[in-house]
Amino acid sequence: MIRFEHVKKRLGNRVVLDDVSFEIQKNETFVIVGSSGAGKSVSLRHMIRLLTPDEGRVWIGDDVVSEATGKDLEKIRSRFGVLFQSAALLQWLSVADNVGLPLQEKARMTRAAIHTKVEETLKMVNLEEAHDKLPANISGGMQKRVGLARAIIMEPEIILYDEPTSGLDPVTSRTIDQLIDRLRRGLGVTSVVVTHDLHSALAIGTRIAMLHRGRMIEVSSPSEFIRSKHKEVQNFLASQYITKDGEWEVEKGESKVWRSKV
Amino acid sequence: MIGEAFLSVSSIFQKRSRHEVMYQLYITGIKSLGVITVVALFTGMILALQTGLELRRFGQEVNIGTAVTVVMLREMGPFMTGLIIAASVGSAIAAQMGTMTVSEEIAALEVMSINPVRFLVMPRLIALMVMMPILTVYTNILGALGGAIVGSTQLGVAFTAYFDNATLYATNKDLYVGLCKAVLFGVIITTVACHQGFSAKQGAVGVGQATRKTVIISFLTILTVGYMVTRLFYQ
Repeated sequence: MIRFEHVKKRLGNRVVLDDVSFEIQKNETFVIVGSSGAGKSVSLRHMIRLLTPDEGRVWIGDDVVSEATGKDLEKIRSRFGVLFQSAALLQWLSVADNVGLPLQEKARMTRAAIHTKVEETLKMVNLEEAHDKLPANISGGMQKRVGLARAIIMEPEIILYDEPTSGLDPVTSRTIDQLIDRLRRGLGVTSVVVTHDLHSALAIGTRIAMLHRGRMIEVSSPSEFIRSKHKEVQNFLASQYITKDGEWEVEKGESKVWRSKV
Repeated sequence: MIGEAFLSVSSIFQKRSRHEVMYQLYITGIKSLGVITVVALFTGMILALQTGLELRRFGQEVNIGTAVTVVMLREMGPFMTGLIIAASVGSAIAAQMGTMTVSEEIAALEVMSINPVRFLVMPRLIALMVMMPILTVYTNILGALGGAIVGSTQLGVAFTAYFDNATLYATNKDLYVGLCKAVLFGVIITTVACHQGFSAKQGAVGVGQATRKTVIISFLTILTVGYMVTRLFYQ
């Protein structure tokens, strides 16, 4: 469904993506992990042509998004819903207006129909009570859920999540994870998640890919990923207290170590 | 960008666009009235005092009505209005667009296939093109009034003599050229502000730079274009 073919991207003097190739299948949750500056968000931006590769191609189905312009690009983008890292809500619009914006601008629907659809979508992300609030007056977690509601209201085939749990407390992060998983199972969407939160990646991913200094060094299922022999993957797992036995240490104190299964 | 904004003017008939244009008209017009009132009044008063004191040496102080009104209509009205709007509205537009750019709101609009130029630039362009001439007329009236106050209180020129003299020599051409400049200044301010905002990078620092550049570039362009229009019509 999404295919990267030998994609290279340079930003200034830095090589951000170096000969990256991978393919994402329909209805999977493909998680891209890696440390800051590894090229995760840059990969995501190539999928919706917010960036274009210096070399290589990015395919969405049978279309080359990296070369699309005008109406073709608009058609490809209409297949996507995107949850940005900052949620990217328009600050002067209420929650309901933000969620309904794509419908108001692109769909030929009556006001009543838009209102109903917005209500349904807000209910899906448990935000009915925030309907009339401005983004500045709700929490970061709620803003992410509003961004998610806006991303799914046009019923896209593919949803891109850029650091969906960054800056959120663990409980809210798990809520977002559950929402992502529910959307994949319930709506059958293909999801691409960029995160450095491995716990989240292991919980929601059907496959996990790791980018390191612009190179894709691992693409595997979560169970294979935690047993990867690649040194960088092992370091990354260890940095988040995840062992290759399939267990993760929640907290390491001097006197006790708590463990639980993935 | 401006060409694209003009091409999307037809969307003004959509309810959302109409509402946004009305809001921008309010921001540009009503919210700027206070500062424009003070600046216009004092500009007229300073012009009247400076020219009046010189003209008094030749016994021609009655002609300050002409001097103030013609200068306000031709140059100072659109120029002062342009500077005030560039500093207040232009900088605010640049800051808003810049913040939206660095916080990925513009990218979000693009991904939703909502044209940011139509959605954000067009309403501001229409608002400034409509409001600039209206505010310029307001500046002209208050400038002339300021001149009349100084004429009557400090130079001994009666209100009636001042306005008779003003209307005697000021022409329709003076008014139209001034208004033409005002519309051009509106286009310049919107173009510079939106372009700088959309080009903002590196978070708050980038937004600050975009705002500063907007004011500087707008001022310089207004001065240059003002001179060129004057030369075109009066030489």
